[in-house]
Amino acid sequence: LAHGAGGKATQTLVEAIFLDAYGSPGQGPLEDGAALPLGPARAVLTTDSFVVSPLFFPGGDIGDLAVNGTVNDLAVCGATPRYLSAGFILEEGFPVADLRRIVSSMASAARAAGVSIVTGDTKVVQRGKADGCYINTAGVGLLERPVALSVGNARPGDAILLSGPIGEHGTAIMIARGDLDIEADLRSDTAALSEVVARLLDAVPGRVRALRDATRGGVATVLNEVAGASRAAIVVDESAIPIRPEVTGASELLGIDPLYVACEGRFVAVVDGGYAEPALRALRGHRLGAEAAIIGQVRADPPGLVLLRTGIGGTRIVDLLVGDPLPRIC
Amino acid sequence: MGGAVRCRVRVEGTVQGVGFRPFVYALATEFGLSGLVGNDPGGVFIEVEGAAPAVTALVDAVRDRAPALAEVDRVDVTRIPVTGSRTFEIAPSRPTGSRSTTVAPDAATCADCLAELFDPADRRHRYPFVNCTNCGPRYTIVTDLPYDRPGTTMAGFAMCPDCAREYHDPGDRRFHAQPVCCPACGPTLELVGADGTPVPGDPVRTAAAWLDQGAVVAVKGLGGYHLAVDATDEEAVATLRARKRRPGKAFAVLARDLTEAARLGVLDEVSARLLDGARRPVVLLPRRAGAPVAPSVAPGDRLLGVLLPYTPLHHLLAGALDRPLVLTSANVSDEPIVHRDDDAGRRLPGLADAVLRHDRPIHAPCDDSVVRVVRGRPTSVRRARGYAPEPIVLPWPSPRPVLGCGGQTKNTFCLADGRRAILSPHVGDLDSYPGTVAFADGVARLCRLFGVTPAVVAHDLHPDYPSTRYARALPDVELVAVQHHHAHVAACLAENGEPGPVVGVAFDGTGYGTDGTVWGGELLVADLTGFVRAGHLLPVPMPGGTAAIRQPWRMAAAYLSAAYDGQVPDGLDVVRRNADRWPDVLRLAARGVNSPPTSSAGRLFDAVAALLGVRDVVDYEGQAAVELEQLADPGVRDGYPVTVTGPPTVDPPGGGVHGVSAPVVGVHGVDLVRGVLADLRRGVQPAVIAARFHHGLAAATVTAVRRIAETAGLGTVALSGGVFGNPLLLGAVTDGLTRHGLRVLTHHRVPCNDGGISLGQVAVAAALDRV
Ligand SMILES: [Fe+3]
Ligand SMILES: [Mg+2]
Ligand SMILES: [Zn+2]
Ligand SMILES: [Zn+2]
Repeated sequence: LAHGAGGKATQTLVEAIFLDAYGSPGQGPLEDGAALPLGPARAVLTTDSFVVSPLFFPGGDIGDLAVNGTVNDLAVCGATPRYLSAGFILEEGFPVADLRRIVSSMASAARAAGVSIVTGDTKVVQRGKADGCYINTAGVGLLERPVALSVGNARPGDAILLSGPIGEHGTAIMIARGDLDIEADLRSDTAALSEVVARLLDAVPGRVRALRDATRGGVATVLNEVAGASRAAIVVDESAIPIRPEVTGASELLGIDPLYVACEGRFVAVVDGGYAEPALRALRGHRLGAEAAIIGQVRADPPGLVLLRTGIGGTRIVDLLVGDPLPRIC
Repeated sequence: MGGAVRCRVRVEGTVQGVGFRPFVYALATEFGLSGLVGNDPGGVFIEVEGAAPAVTALVDAVRDRAPALAEVDRVDVTRIPVTGSRTFEIAPSRPTGSRSTTVAPDAATCADCLAELFDPADRRHRYPFVNCTNCGPRYTIVTDLPYDRPGTTMAGFAMCPDCAREYHDPGDRRFHAQPVCCPACGPTLELVGADGTPVPGDPVRTAAAWLDQGAVVAVKGLGGYHLAVDATDEEAVATLRARKRRPGKAFAVLARDLTEAARLGVLDEVSARLLDGARRPVVLLPRRAGAPVAPSVAPGDRLLGVLLPYTPLHHLLAGALDRPLVLTSANVSDEPIVHRDDDAGRRLPGLADAVLRHDRPIHAPCDDSVVRVVRGRPTSVRRARGYAPEPIVLPWPSPRPVLGCGGQTKNTFCLADGRRAILSPHVGDLDSYPGTVAFADGVARLCRLFGVTPAVVAHDLHPDYPSTRYARALPDVELVAVQHHHAHVAACLAENGEPGPVVGVAFDGTGYGTDGTVWGGELLVADLTGFVRAGHLLPVPMPGGTAAIRQPWRMAAAYLSAAYDGQVPDGLDVVRRNADRWPDVLRLAARGVNSPPTSSAGRLFDAVAALLGVRDVVDYEGQAAVELEQLADPGVRDGYPVTVTGPPTVDPPGGGVHGVSAPVVGVHGVDLVRGVLADLRRGVQPAVIAARFHHGLAAATVTAVRRIAETAGLGTVALSGGVFGNPLLLGAVTDGLTRHGLRVLTHHRVPCNDGGISLGQVAVAAALDRV
């Protein structure tokens, strides 16, 4: 792609790629805005920007990440995702073939999630001013259920559920970044969670207190958000946390703690303790929750802390990391 | 009485619970003076009346002849009107006043009490709690000041008439000995099984019989519960290792007496005095060939940690067996020592087969201290029982109360008010939740005991140390972030009573640098108020971050890659041993994936240890470096050449240490790796290579320090950081610097490792608070 604001050639090319991929349901192509039929339900609006290196990695690329990320943010609000916008910032010289690939995976991710990409924007910036391709997506979803989800809602006795194995997205990215050889069939877990979340909400209506997708900072960060906002303790059993052996092996090599590694298709649910089992069954009934598990409980003390019962019988604090995870051992 | 004068004398320091009042009473009698003496939270107050020369003599004697356990910091004398008093009295304690007094450390059973313990005619024959003003528990049982019985965990034991008589008799060895007791009125001992059911029979003799059978017996000591096993029984020691989940780190051994200690290790005069002195630390001795201990006690270690009994209970137990015992803190891995009885009930099952326990509560946990004689001087490795909470006098007093929160591993904290800094006993690693609880409880306990509310709180720069989080969560305090290696150097300055500036050498494992990278081979120009980074080891990546600390072979990969431009020579054993992950680890380093650059000296030791085949993976901090040092041939004195670059001749530094960007001196650690590799391929013995590595690093350090000292116009050097726990390196660097006319400050009372960080933080914060 050539830099040059609004250059006719660029515009035409981009339009062609996007229209090709997304189509547009009942609307004129690339209007400045999209009129959305929302009906009587309350709408939820969210936005997220996506920067990832490398842009293509095992299991996905920045395109499906940008769709799923925003879809999942809507889903964990209890909303049914409907419409997305897509804004691109491209570095001058970015290969057209790569753009086509990204756009097409956005399109298939949107199809899979049942959302429409209804408006968008593209800017091309000078070489060196961006790292290939950045994407921003905004999303609109509808609140069709009477839910009151909040990370501040956890109370003692609640169960902590995790929808699937941890660490896959972030580990796959790091392996790709390091160009490592390890024989790990590791793929990003990027997926749209709206369907499995809906199953859960419908299985135990009114009993889900909080939902959060475990993206940046991983499950550890989500648990800390819940413990902090709810002024409660969360006690997690290390052996209950689903994790694939390849992830364990790769994170050992990389020297990272999978609890802090980003997932793109997993979420944490805080559920009334009395409904943990039916909630778990509901999750396991869906492809994306097949390996779901109850990983811990909410306790009163010590408020604000997440504790991990380790395999060797110790108890460790799972902190919210302030800095880069630099070694603490002297 | 014509010419009589009356003076009020205030004595501050460690003067309570050490027999100070009877001592003053005896002096008053000796000099024919009347008046009174008493305790208050600020120390000891005295009023004496009589002939002026006699009063002066008493004041001098208070300073010069103080009891063995006392530490007199300050004596203030003021003239007051005579009252015509005729007698000398012990006044009741006064609960008011400022709390500048300190509680004495716990002291080992004295010779007089020991004689009673083994005298069949004595009413305390074989009584495990015998003590007097010269010995026994102090810090671990004090709940409040002034130090009186109600302010100790003995409060619940009412004295019998016999004990009360001793307690109130100024001529008695037990006059106002707060923990005084006897079989009729004091605590009792019992042996219970792992499930808490009492085991019949004499508790000590039965426990000894269990130990003889290979059982793990928990013993409630002064500062916490220990685990004991027969040190000669390999199976028992291996069982203990498995239960404690401590695979490699050496255990300490309890010897009955000096004679038995001498069978275990080589005793010099200083070590012998340490072993049977009042503080009774674990003393690291050169291990005697054929020392009668099982292989698993201290696998492959040239040293053996030995201690002698320090309570009557330990004397009885050691006396009941004709073999040394392993004695180690009751905990799993690096968690804090178990000290509360309810906690013991939860944590000991699974660790111990039986528990030898008693009903005198332990208020403050306190691990055993560890000391090593280095170049003829006792040098602290871990400072706890027998030493804490003895104050350290700061070079610059702190205008406001300061708390230093310490580091992450080997944590201690430190409380200072005015000139005196109270360093907590070793807390341990803050990784575990119990560790952070022990830390927070300890801080609260010490603040309460000394009546100090910190206004200034110093912490490490690392944002994710639990001690840093603790500091940041405190309300209404002024925070001071102190860089890790500055704190090391400041700790060395503080314990030597100097404010600097000096050239500070801080060599350790890792510490958070001001640039957000991992430091650890640092040459600073520093005083207590600040520092500049004047030099350092050239950084290499740590492939996998913390994983590179646990797996020294990764540092070998990183250093080899740095030394040979990514082209690691073929045929190396370290590569072969780690072949499956070697290329990936090199790639991590090359691409900078979770591979923070580090200037750490500890990691350089790790790299060389792995290269020499000493060890690829460690199971405790510093293990590879310790083993590399022990491998070194003491007869070899030459070292590998090391490039030391800088400082640039242009841009000389400005005055002072603030805001000056230092001309950086670079020590090229890769040269050592090249030297090691060349010798290795020539077939030179690893012991020779290990020695040459040490001497090469020492010489490079001396060169770098001299350049910095010259540029900065300094003549004094402070050596700190855990790497200087290595006596070979410490000796070579000290000798080299001294030879070139530089004055060298080293650690003795406070560990050079992270156990000293909190003192350094406090010294820095106090110095900054004055400005
Ligand atoms: Fe350190
Ligand atoms: Mg220990
Ligand atoms: Zn005594
Ligand atoms: Zn008695």
